Amino acid sequence: MKPAPFDYLRAGTVQEAQAALAAEGEGARVIAGGQSLVAMLNMRLARPTLLVDVMHVAGGAEIRVERGQLVVPFAVRQAALLNRRDLLSEVPLLAAALPWVGHVQTRARGTVCGSVAHADPSAEIALALVALDGTVHLRGRRARRLPAAEFFTGMMQTAARPDEMIEAVSFPLSQEGTGHAFNEVGIRHGDFAIVSVAAIATGDRLRLAIGGVNDTPLVRDWSSLDDRQVDDALNDLAWSLDARDDLHATARYRRDLVRRLGRKTIKEARQCAA
Amino acid sequence: MRRLIADQTHSISLKLNGKPVHAEAEPRMLLSDFIRHVLGAKGTHVGCEHGVCGACTVRMDGGLARSCLTLAVQADGAEIETVEHLAPEPGSLSVLQNSFRRHHALQCGFCTAGILMSLDTLLRDHPEAGETEIRDALAGHLCRCTGYEPIVTAAMEAAEILQKERLNA
Repeated sequence: MKPAPFDYLRAGTVQEAQAALAAEGEGARVIAGGQSLVAMLNMRLARPTLLVDVMHVAGGAEIRVERGQLVVPFAVRQAALLNRRDLLSEVPLLAAALPWVGHVQTRARGTVCGSVAHADPSAEIALALVALDGTVHLRGRRARRLPAAEFFTGMMQTAARPDEMIEAVSFPLSQEGTGHAFNEVGIRHGDFAIVSVAAIATGDRLRLAIGGVNDTPLVRDWSSLDDRQVDDALNDLAWSLDARDDLHATARYRRDLVRRLGRKTIKEARQCAA
Repeated sequence: MRRLIADQTHSISLKLNGKPVHAEAEPRMLLSDFIRHVLGAKGTHVGCEHGVCGACTVRMDGGLARSCLTLAVQADGAEIETVEHLAPEPGSLSVLQNSFRRHHALQCGFCTAGILMSLDTLLRDHPEAGETEIRDALAGHLCRCTGYEPIVTAAMEAAEILQKERLNA
C-alpha cells in the first residue's frame, strides 16, 4: 500500500500555506504530523493533489496562554502538549485524555490540531475540545473562529473550507472548584476508543461528553443530578445515542459502557471538584 | 517555497545514523521505503504500512517516528537513527540488545528493530522506567511470536544494568 502521487510543498509562513491551499482548491490537504493522513494516503482513502507541510512555519509549535485560554497552534505535537509542565493545572481534562491518544510513538509526531482536523469520531482531543467549549481558529483569506461543537459536522467531516487551515485550537483554562475526569474503553490501550467519556463537574452542575459512539462528540448537561438520579440519566443518555454494531463492539455493549463508564467518570469528576 | 512535483524525483539530504546522505525521492515515497530501498539500510522492517504494527519505528530528530507514516520529503534535513545505530561497534551489541538475546525476546525477529528503537528511546529518556512504562511503549508494537513476556523481562533487565552503569560512571 503506497500513496497515489501528489505534489508537496513546504510552507515557510501561514500566508504561504493558506495561499497554496486557496490556489489548489479541493485537492489540497495540510500535512502536519501525518499520523492519520499518511495512513489514509497509504490506504488510498485520501488522494490529494497537493500536500502543504506546515511543520516548518516559524512559531507554529509555541503553546501560549491568552485571555483565559490555552492556545495550541498547528505544529504542536501531542507529546509536547502532554509534557507541558502546567498542563494538569491549566487544562486537567487534556492531561487526563492525552495519554489515550494513539501510542507514545504516534504522539511523538502527531499534532493536536491535526487530530482535530481529522475529526475521527473516537478521537480524544476532539472530545476534550467539545466538552470544554473550546474554539477552532481557522485561517482562510480571513481568519474566523468556530466553537468546537460547530466545527465537527460528521464522521471525519468538519466545517473547514478547502482554502482554510486550522491555525490553532484553544481550550478554556480550568476554574477553581471544577472537577474533570476522563475514561475510555478500547480493545487495547492506544486502540480506537469503543466508548470514551469526559465529565466536568461544578457544584451541582454536570456535563458529560461521549466519544466513539456518534459521528461527532456528544455533550449532555444537567443543572443538578444527585446520586439516585444518575443511573436513570445515564440510561436515557445511552438510549439517546446513535449506537451501532460494528467489528469492534455491539450497540448494546456501547450503551452499557456509557452507563458504567459514565457513572465512574461522574464520580471521579465530582471527587476532583470537592 | 518550492513545489515538488509528483512524478519527479527530488533531492533529499538527511543524516542517517550520524552520516550525511543525499538521494532522490518522489514526494509520495515513504521514509520506510527511502531508508530501505534508496539508502539500503535494511534493518528497519515494514509490516502493516499504516502505523499499527510498529515494525518500521525509527528515531527522527531524537523522537520516535513510524517511518511508514512519514514521507521521505518530510525528513529532508532531519536526523534519522535506525536499529543499525544501536550497537556500539560492529560485532558487539548494546545492553538492550544483549538482554534481548539473553531472554529470547525475539523469535522471527520481524518486529524487533522497531521494538528496540522504542525501548532504547524509553530507557534514554526515562532511565527509571519500570514495567508499566515498558508495557506502555510496547503497546505501540505487535509481536506475534513471543507473547511479550520475554521482551518485558529483557527491557527490565536492561534498565537495571543501565542504571547501575550510570551510578558507577
